[in-house]
Amino acid sequence: MDFISTHLLSTILFFPALAALVMLFLPKDEAKLHKWFALAASLVPFVLSLVLWFNFDPSQPGYQFEEMYTWYAAIGSSLHLGVDGLSLSMVLLTTLLTPIAILASFSINDRTKAYMMLFLFLETGMLGVFMALDLLIFFVFWEVGLVPMYFLINQWGSANRNYASLKFMIYTMGGSLGLLLAVQLLGVLFKTYDLQTITEQWSAYTAPIGGIPASTFKTVAFWAFVIAFAVKVPLWPFHTWLPDAHTEAPTAGSMILAGVLLKLGAYGFLRLVLPLYPAEAKYFAGALAFLAVAAIVFGAFGSYAQTDFKRLVAYSSVNHMGFVVLGIAAAAYAAGTADARIALNGAILQMFNHGLSAAGMFFLVGVIYERTHTRNLEEFGGLFPLVPVYGGILIFTSMASLGLPGLNGFISEFLVVRGSFGVGVNSVPVMAVYTAVAMLGLLFTGAYILKGIKKVLHGPMNEHWAHGEHKLTEINTREIIVMVPLMVLILWIGLYPSWILDVINKAVVMLF
Amino acid sequence: MNFPVLSAITFTPMVAALIILMMPSHRRNETRAVALASATFALLLSLWVYFSYDQSLGGYQFVEKYNWLPALGISLHFGVDGMSAPLVLLTGVVMFTGVLISWGDEDPHVKAGIQDRPREFFAFLFLLAGGVFGVFVSLDLFMLFFFYEIAVFPMYLLIAIWGWVVTREYAAMKLTLYLFVGSVVSLVGVLVMYWTQYKNTGILSFDMLVMENAGFSQALQIAWFLPVFLGFAVLGGIWPFHNWSPDGHVAAPTAVSMFHAGVLMKLGAFAALRVGIMLLPEGAKYWSWLIMTFAGIAVVYGAYIAFVQTDMKYMIGFSSVSHMGLVMLGLSTLNRDGLTGAGVQMFSHGVMTALFFAVTGMIYDRAHTRMIPELGGMMKIMPFAGVGFIIGGLVSMGMPGFSGFVAEFPIFMGVWQKQWLVAVIASISIVITAAYIMTNIRKVFFAELPEKLHGHVGDITVLDKIAIVTLCILMVGLGLFPGLMVPMVQTGVENILRLLGGA
Repeated sequence: MDFISTHLLSTILFFPALAALVMLFLPKDEAKLHKWFALAASLVPFVLSLVLWFNFDPSQPGYQFEEMYTWYAAIGSSLHLGVDGLSLSMVLLTTLLTPIAILASFSINDRTKAYMMLFLFLETGMLGVFMALDLLIFFVFWEVGLVPMYFLINQWGSANRNYASLKFMIYTMGGSLGLLLAVQLLGVLFKTYDLQTITEQWSAYTAPIGGIPASTFKTVAFWAFVIAFAVKVPLWPFHTWLPDAHTEAPTAGSMILAGVLLKLGAYGFLRLVLPLYPAEAKYFAGALAFLAVAAIVFGAFGSYAQTDFKRLVAYSSVNHMGFVVLGIAAAAYAAGTADARIALNGAILQMFNHGLSAAGMFFLVGVIYERTHTRNLEEFGGLFPLVPVYGGILIFTSMASLGLPGLNGFISEFLVVRGSFGVGVNSVPVMAVYTAVAMLGLLFTGAYILKGIKKVLHGPMNEHWAHGEHKLTEINTREIIVMVPLMVLILWIGLYPSWILDVINKAVVMLF
Repeated sequence: MNFPVLSAITFTPMVAALIILMMPSHRRNETRAVALASATFALLLSLWVYFSYDQSLGGYQFVEKYNWLPALGISLHFGVDGMSAPLVLLTGVVMFTGVLISWGDEDPHVKAGIQDRPREFFAFLFLLAGGVFGVFVSLDLFMLFFFYEIAVFPMYLLIAIWGWVVTREYAAMKLTLYLFVGSVVSLVGVLVMYWTQYKNTGILSFDMLVMENAGFSQALQIAWFLPVFLGFAVLGGIWPFHNWSPDGHVAAPTAVSMFHAGVLMKLGAFAALRVGIMLLPEGAKYWSWLIMTFAGIAVVYGAYIAFVQTDMKYMIGFSSVSHMGLVMLGLSTLNRDGLTGAGVQMFSHGVMTALFFAVTGMIYDRAHTRMIPELGGMMKIMPFAGVGFIIGGLVSMGMPGFSGFVAEFPIFMGVWQKQWLVAVIASISIVITAAYIMTNIRKVFFAELPEKLHGHVGDITVLDKIAIVTLCILMVGLGLFPGLMVPMVQTGVENILRLLGGA
């Protein structure tokens, strides 16, 4: 016990990977064993991260539960882990969604061993990004997470999976190329990858590099970081991999992709871009806000135009993640003001909330797809009387996504909009315009969500699903168990957000 | 500890080659067993050297010196430093796994591995291995040359006799001509160095530790660096002299491809470093921009050509050009990070391509084709080989957590310190590599098994699996724990930096 309490973060981080290695030695054909083993293995980090949550002291500045081990001494990189309020909420989200996604995958019967192992490796990869306090370690985990996701899409995905998985891989790797180079540059300049040291020195760095003024290099490096993270978020116009990857991925893969992987990008903005490039972020905040607003508006329009239920949900991620970046851009404009803090609180909470609602939505799409083998909205219709419980859950989750007051999406989107509008009114008028346009986008959020509900649940019933062998069956207990924790959190944050906002806000006040 | 371990390593394969030649040719399995036993012995010795090398002392260790031809100043002078010890280990590993995968399966339906005259095959292969060990441990320039030629010459026979019927004669001849021309050019440079030293100091010696202090003038260093460096670097597959290498890889039988790409190309890079950079440091500084340009082109061009190949072996062959370009890129930086990365990349790439060629050979032996469009579904038939190839692919892409990243990262850091533009351009290769590796993996291992291959393609043997596991453990182990090798390479780099005047 003593070991765990002093190595809490590394235990959470490496437990899934070790469990995956143990799985290697399980017999090949025992699908049930693989599933339960993976579920149990993913519950351990969840419980440990609850311990982490309750032992975390939000009013203390800086990182907690820090651990440091030599890793690559030759280039000054070490396995340095630590969490603050920002990363803690993301760690909790990851460890919560992984067991849920694994439980959601219980319907998979094809090569369960490899599938579950990849999922556990994926969890380690994602957690590593959130815990890393070393730039190189951050990058290592950032890239490592790609591999399991690639194979999950490529092997267990639907018809167009080859195209989608390669596009996902090449897009993300291509996007991170600039990040890789910028990370190398920072390493060469400072002889260390320690995030705190680099943050202190880089923002004050002025000496020319290779005969080129530092400001030029900083601008280029800033955009290298931004593009890497913008691809992941994804920000318009870097989003085109997302609808493909989401649509083709297996259900649980989409849940994790939308629930956690997109947050890696937003987290990168918060953890690296804002602290490392305060001046550049302020200078280019307008451009970022523009892209964010474009993502909000086009994401909503794109979503509204879909006839594929899963694609509709996929585009909604572009729309919702746009609010995260809008909040970040507003904060970059007016760093240090109260408005900026409100916007950031909203952005971080929106990351958490979108994780819950998007995972839920993708799961619900998966539930109906498994029964009907179609995702075409035109082939549904009037299913509510056939599956009342499913319908109720779908409406509930959709409403969270829509931003209905009383559910979690409202809180975070309100905070983002309030913050960025405040920035607009008090300091940078253009932000007010952007906020107003974003509100129009929000209107279409309502439109596409209602469209989705209408096409699936309401309208004239498609008789095809009412009788005979195609008769639609109700959502089963396992699937309800998957949804319950998500729904509880959605409601809880909607009604009483301060348990999590407290942690986030204190981190924001200390960080920015 | 007085056991002459380096001589033992060098001469074990050669003695084994003699013993194998004396065995009756119909005792095929006994021949293979002797080969495996001596390869294992060499591997154990190289592991011993690797792990008992004292990193805190650095410098040359396990030194042995015997007079050979004192009148000309030639001696059998052996020793390893942090740069060569990993390469000795690499050679041991490739030799061991190469024998394992050549064992094959005598079943006429499968006929994998080497079934045609295994006795002569192993004898030549071991002669080659002995030559390779000799180059890595030689501290005497003459001996280095001697072993270098011993390593190159069996290559011709191995390819021409056991190679791919379609191109083996062409490829063997091309390879041999390229390499001999390269080494002759280097030899002239070496002789110039030898006589200049005699003129300067009155010492007749090929000993490299003596030659370090020969006081070559700057003009001589600048004039002779390029011939010496490039002459050796031909074997390292440096652009634009890389042309022989993909042809040679493709034509060679599996174990020889493993040796060829895994070890032989390192021989070129290593000799270019030892003789070119370490003995002519001023020339290296003067010409580093040119080497860097060549290497930068090789990195991107090699990756791009690999991307358009449809023959798996050609694809891997060109990816080797790209990855050896990274080694040369690291060498050309002449700074601590770049050289360290180059040293680690030599090991990492050796293990990786050995694995690639091994798996490709296993597929070819069973499916009788290497054309990517004609293959598919191998993951179901040989899952072990599939997973191995995927791990190799991740190394090749420079994925963090695997040895390729550990090696490439410092190389890029070194390049940043020299010329940032090259780093930016060379980084493009990472994405191209990812694209062709992923496409290849998807097509060969996951796509539908073609009609033609149904039925007659079977799984790999246990020995094949042992070889794959050995190689994978090295790549993952080094990727997760760079401390296993990097500090050792750094001790070797310190010595190079000292010769370069502490750059």
